[in-house]
Amino acid sequence: MTRLGIPAMSLVVLVGVSGSGKSTFAAHKFGPHETLSSDAFRALVSNDQNDQSATEAAFDALRYVAAKRLAAGLLTVIDATNVQPAARKSFVDLAKAHDVLPVAIVLDVPAAVAVERNAERPDRDFGAHVVRRQHDQLRRSLRFLGKEGFRRIHVLDSVDAIADAEIVREPLLTDRRDERGPFDAIGDVHGCRAELETLLDRLGYQVLRDPDGRAVDARHPDGRRAIFLGDLVDRGPDVPGVLRLAMGMVRAGNALAVPGNHEEKLLRALDGKSPAMTHGLAESLTQLAAETPEFREEVRAFCRGLVSHLILDEGRLVVAHAGLKEAYHGRASGRVRAFALYGDTTGESDEFGLPVRLPWAEDYRGSAVVLYGHTPTPQVAWVNNTACLDTGCVFGGELSAMRYPEREVVSVPAEQVWFEPVRPLQPPPPEEREAGVLRIDDVLGAHIVETTTHGRIGVRAENAAGALEVMARWAVDPRWLLHLPPTMSPPATSSIPGYLEHPHEAFSAYRSEGVGSVIAEEKHMGSRAIVLAARDPDRFGAPPGWRGIIHTRTGRRFFSAAVEAEVLEGVHAALDASGILAELESDWVLLDAEIVPWSVKAGDLIRDLYASVGAAATAALPAAVAALESAAGRGVDVSELLDRTQRRAANSFAYQDAYRRYAADDEVQIAPFQVLASEARTYATQDHSWHLAIADRLVAADPGLFRTTARRMVDLSNEDSVADAVAWWEELTAAGGEGIVVKPHANLVRAARGLVLPGIKVRGREYLRIIYGPDYTEVSHLARLRDRSLGHKRSMAAREYSLGLEALERVVRREPLWRVHQAVFAILAMESEPVDPRL
Amino acid sequence: MLVTISYAAPSASDLGYLLHKHPAKLQTFDIAVGQAHVFYPEATDTRCTAALLVEIDPIELARSKRFGGDSQSLGHYVNDRPYASSSMVAVALGKVFRTAMTGRSDTHPELAAAALPLEIAVRALPARGGVDLVTRLFTPLGWNVRSTPIPLDADRPEWGESRYVDLVLSGAIRLSDALRHLYVLLPVLDDAKHYWVGDDEVGKLMRAGEGWLAGHPERELITARYLAHQGSFVRDASARLAEIEGVTDEEPEADARPSTLGAQRLATVLGILFELGARRVVDLGCGEGALLAPLAADRTFTEIVGTDVSAAALARASRRLKLHEAADRDRERIRLLQSSVTYDDDRIAGFDAAVLMEVIEHLDPERLPAAERTVFGHAQPASVIVTTPNADYNVRYPTLSAGAFRHPDHRFEWTREEFDTWTRNVGTRYGYDVERRGVGPDDPEVGTPTQLAIFRRVAR
Repeated sequence: MTRLGIPAMSLVVLVGVSGSGKSTFAAHKFGPHETLSSDAFRALVSNDQNDQSATEAAFDALRYVAAKRLAAGLLTVIDATNVQPAARKSFVDLAKAHDVLPVAIVLDVPAAVAVERNAERPDRDFGAHVVRRQHDQLRRSLRFLGKEGFRRIHVLDSVDAIADAEIVREPLLTDRRDERGPFDAIGDVHGCRAELETLLDRLGYQVLRDPDGRAVDARHPDGRRAIFLGDLVDRGPDVPGVLRLAMGMVRAGNALAVPGNHEEKLLRALDGKSPAMTHGLAESLTQLAAETPEFREEVRAFCRGLVSHLILDEGRLVVAHAGLKEAYHGRASGRVRAFALYGDTTGESDEFGLPVRLPWAEDYRGSAVVLYGHTPTPQVAWVNNTACLDTGCVFGGELSAMRYPEREVVSVPAEQVWFEPVRPLQPPPPEEREAGVLRIDDVLGAHIVETTTHGRIGVRAENAAGALEVMARWAVDPRWLLHLPPTMSPPATSSIPGYLEHPHEAFSAYRSEGVGSVIAEEKHMGSRAIVLAARDPDRFGAPPGWRGIIHTRTGRRFFSAAVEAEVLEGVHAALDASGILAELESDWVLLDAEIVPWSVKAGDLIRDLYASVGAAATAALPAAVAALESAAGRGVDVSELLDRTQRRAANSFAYQDAYRRYAADDEVQIAPFQVLASEARTYATQDHSWHLAIADRLVAADPGLFRTTARRMVDLSNEDSVADAVAWWEELTAAGGEGIVVKPHANLVRAARGLVLPGIKVRGREYLRIIYGPDYTEVSHLARLRDRSLGHKRSMAAREYSLGLEALERVVRREPLWRVHQAVFAILAMESEPVDPRL
Repeated sequence: MLVTISYAAPSASDLGYLLHKHPAKLQTFDIAVGQAHVFYPEATDTRCTAALLVEIDPIELARSKRFGGDSQSLGHYVNDRPYASSSMVAVALGKVFRTAMTGRSDTHPELAAAALPLEIAVRALPARGGVDLVTRLFTPLGWNVRSTPIPLDADRPEWGESRYVDLVLSGAIRLSDALRHLYVLLPVLDDAKHYWVGDDEVGKLMRAGEGWLAGHPERELITARYLAHQGSFVRDASARLAEIEGVTDEEPEADARPSTLGAQRLATVLGILFELGARRVVDLGCGEGALLAPLAADRTFTEIVGTDVSAAALARASRRLKLHEAADRDRERIRLLQSSVTYDDDRIAGFDAAVLMEVIEHLDPERLPAAERTVFGHAQPASVIVTTPNADYNVRYPTLSAGAFRHPDHRFEWTREEFDTWTRNVGTRYGYDVERRGVGPDDPEVGTPTQLAIFRRVAR
């Protein structure tokens, strides 16, 4: 058996005369969709797989499909004779264009065998001379395949060799996606051994030393691993020391490393070539000269073995010395390597003689985090999910590491300036957009938003399209739209007769997620609102005098400008009086709240829909009852219908009572229940007692404007506590209340399956009449309504929750507006997705 | 949900024969999403009343595609259909009293052919157009009409009347005519989206309207409304979102101004585009394509792009422009893109001219700078044409109360001075020369109803 090794991501070009058995080979050795056969494409474009006049069209189509597959990173096999250099060239070019390796597998059977096989196939009516000509072409081609650009060439020179061959797919060296970390990525060290040791210590590594006291390894007690982002060498005081430590860590499995341009150049010097002795190479070579030849050989092997970039953590993390644009992730070609080592250079030099680099990170829209170094910057900054960790230690800056996945930066200062920079450190990358400028392709079309709590969340094009109109026409200025609250799921349908929703199901949902302590909060009969109170309009690009904004759950202004101003004044006064902002060390705060009464926002809906239905029902049903009673009086048997109609008449009045409670003309009040964010942080991990204590202080400061949220702590392992909460819910809803919201007391909770739902609403029996219709309590209706599919609602609630948190995180990280807006927009897009409105 | 038919005469219970329903029994019929019951609350020698009670199952209705049900819409769960005497009652009427409607009676042919003293009561009749329209529809048919509006909520008198009336018709009318009147006019008054219109509705209308519809003074309204709701009732995403809000965003039918102003505006803008020599034009906020249509018809324009935030509006524009049946070269010439002027969009960059016709006043003032940047700073067309209402002129509209806007979605309407300031600022900031014009009659005191500015990019 011959083992044919091919890179797992490659373009495999089969080469062989007609009748050499390419299709059979492909069918046996590759997956069903991996092979693109010229015969099949001829058939697709002409209905006849042997129609030679269709060859050009067939190859066009084939190359088109091959390109799509390669763009998607799929191994692709070309089943065509490919005996002519021009035919092969087009595939080599295609492979290069997608930065995958071209592989040739030659099926070299004797011409006689091929002729004989063709003769057995009536559809192949071309003569033996055609096969012989192809065979000659193939023979002439063989020795040029390498020169043509094929990186692997396998020649199978007999029928048996072909049958016996086994394809072995070798993962690319860059593919280390099964390495999940956690990692500590370390920027350019440049021979700064002391700082490296300090940094490793700071990161929690224990440095191991040889008998001479030299650091030879470092290991983290939690099994974390370091990633050296290249440029370990040159310029600094102890290049061999750094190499000894880094190589030791890599050897021991305590670190990974990618090469930098300086390793590349050092390697050339060690290989006996003579690169220019500039940029600190001379220092490295001098220092290495004092080491043993064995050590130098070890360094040489180490540098040679480094792979341009690494794909880690299931593709969520990419490391490369100079960064890597998304299209190059996991690809292999000269330009991929050049990018990884040198960055996106224009080939020009600046006034300091340094190459001009293009700001690839500003255009980066990939979901994978890219950590890199290469370009010294004063501090680590995130730009579109990428971070440069080179903080110029050797130039007297800092040596920095990024904890992944925590995204925490750890830096130690340089002990001194070890090497004078050619030019001053560059300022941090400018915010790539003018404040307030958004691009349509930031939000339109299908896209992905990466969140720290829920991974990648996809937004469908049609949902984005639906959200655009709402966002563009009605939402407040995106600069002030920092968050939208997630939709909230009800509990599973209750098993208690007569009830659709009951607290028991909410409690058991949390219990099953391992949450032991929940808080039940009164659900106000109002509208959800987000309140942003800000002292400094500049922070949000707002005009002088601007005090904040209050918007609805779809981003519309809640009040008219005049009312908003008045309400915000009250909010500010209460914030000042309570000293909350000072305590949060912030000039602004974002609050999650309910504003009552509901009729403030939903007056139209109450009148147009609810009251309207009530008017029709309470007019028609009593009349129907009267008509049926007359008929019954005449002795007509209408008892069942009469009975039902009487119940429905009663339901219609109960329904009217239910909506009337929401139509009160009470004064506007805000019931805050959660602090979402302030200048430097978000509060999703503060427990709800903390949040409600803040709310209580606002109520205390202005009991007219703020309304308190009644609550009960519930210990789910304590039956009395649960019974007490249920009794409370019954009491609230019997008095006409909407219901309660049950939340994990700890607030944000992660369980095995991901985030636990932040809240479950349990609505009252009477309230649900205005959701399910007046007659929903009828046995025949309830039986059918019980069938509620919660899965989608829950999943949406979880995604919206994560997007909302992500938006807040981006706000406090002071990310560019478009990044915040993208997350907020995605919530609105989720909301435009059809979902059962009763849930 | 309740219609009663009373007949007062000797041998009144003969009504049962005409209706083909026995007065002593409750009879129940299955209808599309519920049941129809017929019974007689009274049946004496002098007076007989038949009642049609329709029970609509709200859950079935919400789940029924046929009735335009949409389980994604709250409005379909809380719904007046089970209570109102709506178009669905008319459908039940047509089914249960089909024979009576034809006027055929094997046992009492004379009675069926005769005008009878009838009294018909319809409970909770949804009547768009109110009592007044009810009267206009039934009176010409010989009915004496008594209709009482039902208050929206007896506890909240300030809310006024609901759209339902209790209707009592009396008159000497043939029973089959009476039934056919109801069959046609209940849906016409209901005028609801829920009414499902099948393929043969025109035929049904002709048959049910035979002998009375042709001469009815409201014939056009009746026909238009009866057939108005063909096609599917599709809720778009924005309607769904609006519902979450508890608000309705339905646009009023059109600008309240004489339509000639719109036509003049189009003609003026077109004229300016010719004057500018523009060949590649983008209409920002194209809506349903009012400007795109004349542009498309003229081959002077080699590339036409219409943008709008509303995907639904673009779909209507596409139908209006018949893009699906356009020749390839037209499809390449004309493109419709969903976009918003508050987001930079490379696809609209570099045109000869951009048109913002009655668009800016639909933006919140605080969003205007973003739109200016997108259009003048990013897209940078050689010319930009902007039209917007002239608030000074509003005093010339007697129906417009002082300070009110011409359209409920207008976020502002500028005086000539305000527009002048804005155009000059934008011109200075982005390097455009500004020329001001107007559309419509030029009033010496308050100017033209529409103000217009032409921005020409200054060569750099």
